[in-house]
Amino acid sequence: MPEHYDVLVCGAGPAGLAAARAAASRRMRVGLIDAHSRPGGQVWRHDLRFGVPRAARRALAAATRVAHWLGGAQVVAAEPGELLLERADGAARVRYQRLVIATGARELFLPFPGWTLPGVTGAGGLQALVKQGWPVAGRRVVVAGTGPLLLAVAAGLRKHGARVVAIVEQAPAARVRAFAWSLAATPATAVQALRLRLSLAGVAYRCGAFVAAAHGEGRVQSVLISTPHGRLQLECEQLAVGYGLVPNVELAQLLGCRLDRSGRHAVVATDARLRTSVADIYAAGEVRGIGGAAAARIEGRIAGLAACGDEAAAVRLGAAQRRARRFAARVARGFALDTRLYALAGPETIVCRCEDVPLAALAGFGDARAAKLATRCGMGACQGRICGDALAALGRYAQPQAATPLFPVQLATLSDTSTDSLPNTSTEALR
Amino acid sequence: MQLEIDGLPVSVPAGANVAAAIARVAVDAHATPAFRRAVHGGERGPLCGMGVCFECRVRIDSRDHQRACMVLARAGMRVQTLA
Repeated sequence: MPEHYDVLVCGAGPAGLAAARAAASRRMRVGLIDAHSRPGGQVWRHDLRFGVPRAARRALAAATRVAHWLGGAQVVAAEPGELLLERADGAARVRYQRLVIATGARELFLPFPGWTLPGVTGAGGLQALVKQGWPVAGRRVVVAGTGPLLLAVAAGLRKHGARVVAIVEQAPAARVRAFAWSLAATPATAVQALRLRLSLAGVAYRCGAFVAAAHGEGRVQSVLISTPHGRLQLECEQLAVGYGLVPNVELAQLLGCRLDRSGRHAVVATDARLRTSVADIYAAGEVRGIGGAAAARIEGRIAGLAACGDEAAAVRLGAAQRRARRFAARVARGFALDTRLYALAGPETIVCRCEDVPLAALAGFGDARAAKLATRCGMGACQGRICGDALAALGRYAQPQAATPLFPVQLATLSDTSTDSLPNTSTEALR
Repeated sequence: MQLEIDGLPVSVPAGANVAAAIARVAVDAHATPAFRRAVHGGERGPLCGMGVCFECRVRIDSRDHQRACMVLARAGMRVQTLA
C-alpha cells in the first residue's frame, strides 16, 4: 500500500518548509518531498563549510520534526491523488488528500558563443556546486548575468576562497542605482545589501555589461565582456552566469493546473488562498512567479493553512504576502533584461545542449514541436527545460508542455510498480 | 571519505556530491573537469548545479546517466566520466 498523507508538499525550499510546518500545526499527517537528499531548496542549500543561515536552520528543524521527510525523491509521474517517485532504492507511490506544489524555480540561461565549455555554469548553479564541495579556492571566477543574486553568489564564492575577477551586471548603472536607493524603504534589506557590497570591496561591479562570448581550449579560459565603454577580455577558470529564474511548473501542468504567463515564461495560476484551478492542489512560492524567499515563506504558510481548511488564518497573511511580492516586482523592474542578450547566440551556437542542435538548424520551423521533430531540439534528457526556457526568452517558441515522465527514469521505476493507472509513459529521454 | 574517479582516488568531506569529487580530481591535475561527451563529441560539465540540465551525467557504480550534482559521494563509490 502506498503511503498516504493528508497534506503532501512537493519541494523543501522556504515555501515547502513553511507549508509543511503550517499544515502539521493543524494536526495533519504531512509528507515533504524533495529531489535533493537534504531539505532547504536552492536558497537554503546546506553549505558543507558554513552551514545555513540561522533563520533557515530554525525553519528546517521545525519542518522536518513535524513532517515525514521524503528526500532524494524525484517526482516522475502524477495523477489526481497520487504521485510516482523515483528514489535511489527504487520507485515508490505516495497518495495525498491535498497537495502543495512548492517546486521553486530554476535558472534562466541565455545561449552565447562558448556557453557549452566546461567551466561555464549558472550563477546560482556555481553557488550550489560550491556549497557541496566544488573547489574554487584560488581560482579566478567571473560572475555575470543579472540581479541581486550575483552579489550573493560573488560573496559566497569569496568566502570559499575564489578570486572573483568581476561582477558583470547587464542592467544599466542608472537603473541599479535607482534600485539601490529604493531599498531605503526596506531598511533590513538595505543593510543586508550594504553588508554584501562591503564584503565585495575591491571587486569590480560592472553595470550595463554582459558576457558576449566565452573562449578556451576544451574549457573556459577567458570571457569577452561587452561594456558601455567597449569590449574587454577577462581571464578566468570559471564563468558563473545566470539571467534570473524560471518557475518549475511542470508538475502543476501535468496535474492540469491552469498556468498564467509572466513575461515569456509560465507560472502557476492561483486565487488569493493559493488554490490552483484543480481542486485540492495549492501552489506557493516561486512556482507562482518569481517573488523571492521572503514571499515564498509567507505563501508556504498560506498554502499550508488553506490546505487544512483554516482559510481565515491564511487570509490574515495576505497583506504581508502582497508586501513581499511588491518588493520582488521592484527587483524585476530594476533588472529587466537588455534585449541585446537575446541576440548573442550565433548560427553555430548550440541551443539544445542535450542534442547538440545549433541555432541555425531551427531556421524555418514555426513552433517548438516542428523544430523538435526535425532537429531533435528539446528531445534530450533535460526534456527541453534548458533550451525551451531560452527559446521562449528569445521569443522563438513557447515553452514545451510537461509530459510523463517528468524526468528521465530508470526502466525499473516503470516496471517495478503496477503502472496500469498511470498515463502513457515514454523513456525516449533516457539516452 | 574516499572514492574513485576514473580509477583515481579522491577524498571529499561528508555531504559533498559526486560533481565536487570529479572537479577536485581535475583541479588537482590541472585538467578539465569534463563529465560527459555530447552528441558531437564535445566535452561538457555541470551547468545548472541543481539537477535540471543533465550536463553532469556520469556512470556511478555501473549505473549510467546519473546526475553527479544530485548524488552524494559515498565511500568506495566508483565513478566514470566521459563514459
